[in-house]
Amino acid sequence: MRPRALTWGGVRSAADKLTTPLHPDDYLRLLNPLWSERELRGRVEEVRPETDDAATLVIRPGWGWRYDHRPGQFVGIGVQVDGRFQWRSYSVSSPPRRDGRTITITVRAMPEGKLSAHLVNGLAPGTIVRLALPDGDFVLPDPPPAKMLFLVGGSGVTPVMAMLRTMDRRGSMPDVVMHYSSPTPERMIFRDELAELEQRHDGLTVHRLHTDTDGMLELAHRDRGLDGICPDWRERETWACGPGPMLDAITEHYAAAGLEDLLHLERFSLELGGDGGEGGTITFRTSGKSIEVDGATTVLEAGEAAGVGMPYGCRMGICHTCTLTLVDGRVRDLRNGDEYAQPNEQVQTCVTAAVGACTLDI
Amino acid sequence: MAISDVKEYTHLTDEEVEQIGRELDAIRAEIEESRGEADAAYINRIIKVQRGLATAGRITLLAGLQSRRTRVPAWIAGASLLGLAKILENMEIGHNVMHGQWDWMNDPEIHSSNWEWDTAQPAEQWKHSHNYVHHQFTNVLGYDNDIGYGILRMAREQKWSPYNLGQPVYNALLASLFQWGVALHDLDIERIRKGEKDPKEMKRQLRQIARKGRNQVLKDYVVYPALSGRQWKATLTANATANVARNLWSYVVIFCGHFPDGALHFTEEELEDETRAEWYLRQVLGAANFRGGPLLHILSGNLGFQIEHHLFPDLPSNRYAEISERVQALCEKYDLPYTTGPLHQQYGQALRTIIKLSLPNGMTASDQPEPPSPSRDRKRRSDAERPSRRTETGGYYRSTRA
Repeated sequence: MRPRALTWGGVRSAADKLTTPLHPDDYLRLLNPLWSERELRGRVEEVRPETDDAATLVIRPGWGWRYDHRPGQFVGIGVQVDGRFQWRSYSVSSPPRRDGRTITITVRAMPEGKLSAHLVNGLAPGTIVRLALPDGDFVLPDPPPAKMLFLVGGSGVTPVMAMLRTMDRRGSMPDVVMHYSSPTPERMIFRDELAELEQRHDGLTVHRLHTDTDGMLELAHRDRGLDGICPDWRERETWACGPGPMLDAITEHYAAAGLEDLLHLERFSLELGGDGGEGGTITFRTSGKSIEVDGATTVLEAGEAAGVGMPYGCRMGICHTCTLTLVDGRVRDLRNGDEYAQPNEQVQTCVTAAVGACTLDI
Repeated sequence: MAISDVKEYTHLTDEEVEQIGRELDAIRAEIEESRGEADAAYINRIIKVQRGLATAGRITLLAGLQSRRTRVPAWIAGASLLGLAKILENMEIGHNVMHGQWDWMNDPEIHSSNWEWDTAQPAEQWKHSHNYVHHQFTNVLGYDNDIGYGILRMAREQKWSPYNLGQPVYNALLASLFQWGVALHDLDIERIRKGEKDPKEMKRQLRQIARKGRNQVLKDYVVYPALSGRQWKATLTANATANVARNLWSYVVIFCGHFPDGALHFTEEELEDETRAEWYLRQVLGAANFRGGPLLHILSGNLGFQIEHHLFPDLPSNRYAEISERVQALCEKYDLPYTTGPLHQQYGQALRTIIKLSLPNGMTASDQPEPPSPSRDRKRRSDAERPSRRTETGGYYRSTRA
C-alpha cells in the first residue's frame, strides 16, 4: 500500500477530531476570513468604475476556489444586506488562469436592482462576500471555431469580454465579428479596451450601435441588419447575450433561417417559457407547513408565502442556492417544461412549480 | 391544579383572548420586520467570542500544564475558559440556532437545518424532543416529556410511586450528567420499557447517539489528553470539569424554566380545539422567567426570558429583553400572571418541588396557587397520538437515513 500524500485538506480533516462538532475551518476563518471551505468566500480587493453606473469588482477567492472556469461562465455572489445574504449571478469577465489569484466580475446598477446598486456603489474594498463556483454553458469552445459572431447588448458584454480576453491572451483570435448595442457611448462598458483589442487584432471587427440616437438593431434589415453588419452570419457560430427582448428577436431570426443550431444564448433574467404546473398542495416536511398554490407559483414563492425560511439566491434558476430535496410528488421546470418526480430528487425551487401535491424536505 | 381550559382559568372572554393573540402577533411581526444588521452582527460576535474562548481554553491547557510553575493556574484558567465556551455554545448559540432564530440571515453556516452542537445529543433528536414535543405541548400532562424528563415527578397530578422517594438522588445525578440525560431524552425510555417504541427507530436513534457521543468523548477524554503527553491526567480532569460545569449550569437554567411555583400544568382537554391565541396563553401560564443582568442572560441563552422564548421560539434571542417589556405590559393589562424572580429563588422553588414530590401528595402542601387536581395516568403519547405540529417552534425532521 502506498502512503497517501499529506495534503493540507487531509490535515484539516484529521483536525476534525479536535474541533468536532465544528470543522477546523470554522475556527480558521476567524483568523482570516478566506480560510474556510465550508462556504466559498472572497474578498473584494478593488472596485473599478467602468461607466457611471457600472463597476468591475476584483475579488480574491478564498480556500476551495478553482480558477479553471471556462470563459463565458458566471459565478454566484452573495452579499449581506441588512444582515441577510442576497445572491446574484454575474459573468466572470477575467480570463481563466491556472495561477490566478483574483477573478473579476462586472456589474451594472439596475434601476430597480437594489443589490446591483449596492455592488456598484456600496462595496468597500476589503468586504468579504460569499461565492458560488462558476457554472453555465455559454462558453468559448477550445479551440475556438474559425469564424465567430457575438451579438451583445448592454451589460451582456461581460461573458463575451471574458472570451475575447482569453483569445487575446492565447494569441488565437480567429475571425470575430462583434455587434455591441448600448444606449449611449458613455454607457458602453469596456469601450476603451474593445477599441484597443480591435486595433491589435486584424481578425476582430466591432460594430457599435448607440440605441438612444440610432434606434434598436433591426436584425432583418438589409443594410442595418445582420446582412449589413456581417454578410456571412449564416456561416458563423453565434453567441448572443443581452436584454430579453433582444434575445427573443435573435432567436426568432435564427429560427426563421433554420439556423438555431448556430446560436448560443445567455439570459440574465428568468424567462418562464414552458407551461405552468397544475398547482396543488406543497408540503414542507421539516417545517410542517403546507400551502395550496396554482401552477404559475414557483415552489420558492410558495414556501415564502407559507412562511418557510427558504434558501434562495439568484431566483432565476442559475445559482442552485435554492435547491431542495423533493421527497414526494412532481414538479415542473417553468423554463422548459421538464418534470422531476423521482423520490429524493434535487430540484431548483425558484424555477419549478407543483404538478399536483408534492412534499419538499425543509 | 392542572388547567383544562386556559380561557376559563384566566376569566377572559373569547374576544379578549383573541385580542391578546392579535397583540402578540403584532409584536412578532414588528420584530421580524426589524431584524437586521445589528442582530446579525450580534450572533456573529457571540460565535466569534465563543470560538475564541474555546481555543484559548484548549491552548492554555496544552501549553500551561507542561511547566510545574504554571500548572495550577493553567488548569483553573483552562477549565474555566472551556466551561464558559461550552455554556455559550449550548445555550446562546446552539439551542437558539436550532430553533431557527437565525435562519432569516440566509447563511448556511448559522442555520437550524445543519447546526450540530457541542453536546452528546444529536441535533436532529433535540429538534424533535425539544422544538416539537416540548414547545408545542408545553406543560401538558402526558404530552410534554419535559415535565420531569421521565425521571422526576414534577407535578402533583403525576402518580406517586415508591421510586420517587429517591428523587433528590436522581436529581443530583441528572444535574451532573445532564448532557447524557439530554442525549437519551428523545429515545423516550418510558415507551421503550413499555415496548411501545418502534425497534427500528430506536436502533437508528441509538446509532446516532453512539456516533455523536463517541466523537464528543474522544475529543475531550482521549485526543486532547493524548496531545498533553505526560500531563494527560490534568487535561482530562480539566475537560471533565468543564463538561460538568456546563451540565450543572444548563440544568439550573432549564429547571428554572418550568418548575418554579407559578408555572402551571395543563390537561389534555386544553389541547382540544386550542386556538393560536390560547396556545400563546398556555405559554405565558406554563413558563417562568428569572431576572438578572445582561451577562447572566447571555450565559443562560436568554432563557431567563423563558416566557418570551415560549411565545416566540424562533425570534432572535437578543430581542427577548425588549419583547419582555411589552409582554409584561400586556399581562398587566389583562391581569395575567407573569412568573419571575431572581435566579436563586426560582431554582430554590424547583428544588423544593423535587423534594416535596418525592413523597405522596398527602404528606406535603402544594406551593402552586391552586389546589391540585386528581392524579392521572402517566402514559406518554407517541407522535401519532399528538396533534400535528405548530410552525413557529422551529423545524425538526426524522432523517430517512439509517
